[in-house]
Amino acid sequence: MSDDHVYLTLAEGHEDDTRWAYGTGFEDPLYGVDTAVPDGVDREGLAALCLALGDDALVSAQRLAEWTTRAPELEEEVALANIGLDLLGQARLLYARCGQVDGTGRSEDVYAYFRAPDDFRNVALAELPNGDFAFTIARLLILASWRLAHFERLTASPDPVLAAIAAKGVKELTYHRQYAAEWVVRLGDGTEESRRRMRAGLDGLVPYLGELFDAHDAKTDVLAVLRQVTEAADLPLPEVPSCQGGLGRDGAHTEHLAPLLAELQSVARAHPGATW
Amino acid sequence: MVSVLTDARRARHIAERVPDPEMPMLTLADLGVLREVTVEPDGTVVAVLTPTYSGCPAMAEMRAGVAARLSAAGYERVEVRTVLDPPWTTDWITPEGRRKLAEHGIAPPGPAPRQPSGPVPLLLSATRHVVACPRCGASDTEETSRFGATSCKALWRCRACREPFEYVKEI
Ligand SMILES: [Zn+2]
Repeated sequence: MSDDHVYLTLAEGHEDDTRWAYGTGFEDPLYGVDTAVPDGVDREGLAALCLALGDDALVSAQRLAEWTTRAPELEEEVALANIGLDLLGQARLLYARCGQVDGTGRSEDVYAYFRAPDDFRNVALAELPNGDFAFTIARLLILASWRLAHFERLTASPDPVLAAIAAKGVKELTYHRQYAAEWVVRLGDGTEESRRRMRAGLDGLVPYLGELFDAHDAKTDVLAVLRQVTEAADLPLPEVPSCQGGLGRDGAHTEHLAPLLAELQSVARAHPGATW
Repeated sequence: MVSVLTDARRARHIAERVPDPEMPMLTLADLGVLREVTVEPDGTVVAVLTPTYSGCPAMAEMRAGVAARLSAAGYERVEVRTVLDPPWTTDWITPEGRRKLAEHGIAPPGPAPRQPSGPVPLLLSATRHVVACPRCGASDTEETSRFGATSCKALWRCRACREPFEYVKEI
């Protein structure tokens, strides 16, 4: 490789602040961004929002990464991993913003690796085990639709950093939702077995939808997508429970989050500050 | 003042030629991620980059590449800033960049979808635009996966020459 290859510039002798991987401050995702918080912005509310959206994304990314080497086909594995990578990128930006806004100055790594399950604010829907491919796709459709609807509104956030994170996220989430929607139609409109599984996937999520829809007008948009997709797939529209508060957003998680985090955090906790 | 301007032009020229780590046939200028290069009165070179995808791991390498090239060219104080807004779009890939992509067997993106106000519509039977095969030019092509080896690429296949190819998807 010629010296044209940019990765080589990373291998050259550098200081402590340019190390690879976690726990290293290798890269602040908001590096070089104007991070002032405008006057009049409710910092506490903004931090809580960044945290919740960041946790949804991190936990979802981890679940999607679990499909690596296990997906039905290589193309789907690549797709799920790519979607996870987009979400991980969104989580990093949101954590970095959270640390600036909540006044703690915590880095993304502190949020991801050094918090207990009770401190996570993701919706329970995100942490449920993957189940089969149909369940994963059903969840992806719902989470991507919800997040897209929410991010569309956040592009008008009084915080310019969150607004910019959302504007970029909208483009990515549009692809995620499209991917999931096409698979729901394909499976729902496929064989008897694929149809049975797709229906079971959607039905299995129903008990967790109330929390997602609580206090968010994104509900209408998500239901419109669900209606459109289930109609195209000739599947019954799952009955959506009315809004209910609590659970993940309050830190009350299912038994599935702790093992997920134990795996995600194991290396960072065993070797704080390690580099490779 | 004249020297500062000349200096900015030279610094820009250097930063522009830094290759993209994932698609090294493209420079940062071709990709459209280098927004601005200026020289402050105290001589600090300020290069402004905009990220492609939220999770794009190449961002740090781009930044390191710009800083390293400018330092090597004798600029002692270099600062790389990031702007998130407006978000990067494939529309910013230059004609030269598109030509180089095609030359390397990667189909360049079509026009990015316009973002209407209000909810983004979900199109289940979208008539996708034609992507010409970068090898034989045939338009009889199909998508095999919307996601590829990097965030920015999809996998396609040509029905005429049977060759698979990558396609930089519009965003
Ligand atoms: Zn061809």
